[in-house]
Amino acid sequence: MSLVDLHQVHKYYGDFHVLKGIDLSINAGEVISIIGKSGSGKSTLLRCINGLEAYQKGGIVVDGNEVTSEDVQVRRLALSVGMIFQNFNLFPHKTVGENVMLAPTIVLKKSKAEAEKIARNMLEKVGLAEKFDNYPDTLSGGQQQRVAIARALAMSPKVLLCDEITSALDPELVGEVLKVLETLAEEGITLILVTHEMNFAREVGNRVVFMHQGKVWEEGDPKVLLTNPQTDELKQFLGAVL
Amino acid sequence: MIEFSNLDIIRNLLFATQWTILLSLAAFIGGTSVALALTAMRLTGNSAMNMVVRVYVEIFQGTPLLMQMFICFFGLSILGYEISAWSAAILSLTFFTSAFLVEIWRGCIDTLPKGQWEASRCLGLGFLQTLRHIILPQAIRVATAPTVGFSVQVIKGTALASIIGFVELTKVGTMLNNATFEPFKVFSLVAIIYFLLCYPLSWYSKVLEKKFNVSR
Repeated sequence: MSLVDLHQVHKYYGDFHVLKGIDLSINAGEVISIIGKSGSGKSTLLRCINGLEAYQKGGIVVDGNEVTSEDVQVRRLALSVGMIFQNFNLFPHKTVGENVMLAPTIVLKKSKAEAEKIARNMLEKVGLAEKFDNYPDTLSGGQQQRVAIARALAMSPKVLLCDEITSALDPELVGEVLKVLETLAEEGITLILVTHEMNFAREVGNRVVFMHQGKVWEEGDPKVLLTNPQTDELKQFLGAVL
Repeated sequence: MIEFSNLDIIRNLLFATQWTILLSLAAFIGGTSVALALTAMRLTGNSAMNMVVRVYVEIFQGTPLLMQMFICFFGLSILGYEISAWSAAILSLTFFTSAFLVEIWRGCIDTLPKGQWEASRCLGLGFLQTLRHIILPQAIRVATAPTVGFSVQVIKGTALASIIGFVELTKVGTMLNNATFEPFKVFSLVAIIYFLLCYPLSWYSKVLEKKFNVSR
């Protein structure tokens, strides 16, 4: 059985039909890139997967658990789904170390020493071990995003959702974040990314999902799909971004 | 007729200032406590509770403090509850202070990015955990300066208690004026004392604002 399963998911914002029956199933260890124009529903889709947004019809199952946007359910989900945001959303009043230690201490009820060990490990992994006692605002955007990744990893999620995580970064800082993601992919974590990084999608991704007007318009192997798009909409989109 | 020397006037005013300070403190403590409760009600997101808070704020922000005092003092005694000027003053100042503080604090909590709530939620923190570890520590930083700044309004507001007969700085000023017929001198001194009470607070509020704007 797949790790993430979406079945005929419909989502409305008032009268606006954002997601029009999404079917998608993702296996453990896959790296999925969701691409598409802004307004195509790709971020909304991602936010439905971890319950940040409610959906009105259909079903989403993650790791055997039905996803709803109820608070209790979202918290259980947080144990298997991590999320990284475009603008990092680090906690500015806490040090880098405290940011990473917070959820293991409070949610997983680990001891301080244990949580600190996890935090140091995770920061090591993203190459920021020496920033443990710094505050987020003393870090560059790329470093902040890597801290956010470490913070999510500290909960040892099975799936990591990445919502345009390099879009707010200066071009020269994008590489360091993608490199961390690549390492994670090699280690076998499941990644679902909403992204504009076509090279990353092609080189690291297992599958590309092209969304258009709230539907999965085309999906498949990135090397095939990105070089040989079947629909006019994808051709047009790739023409605009490549 | 008793003669009042300048020293007598000042001594009497300073004595009355104690009551102004005491009333301000009581009102501020009462006001922050009620405002905390109202803020908690608002944060639950329950629409009925939200409505209660909104009506409360509209009523006490939308009517003069003096009328609130009159209603507390005279209104309650007509209904058969004897209430001292002191209690009526504290009660009405508590309403007044809390109605403004709850709005000030709401503004402070709203300035925090929505992403802080979302990131906490994605990490598995519950509502109260998010409030305690993420939202409040940041909101308190932002709220301290305007809250201290608002305490100036509370101090000045206590002057109205003189009208319902509570003997504080303004009331003693009026009494001294009646005895000396030197309104300019007496009320200038009263004003100077108010200024000396208020100015350090507004100065401190500005210092806090600068401090928290620069760093975390």
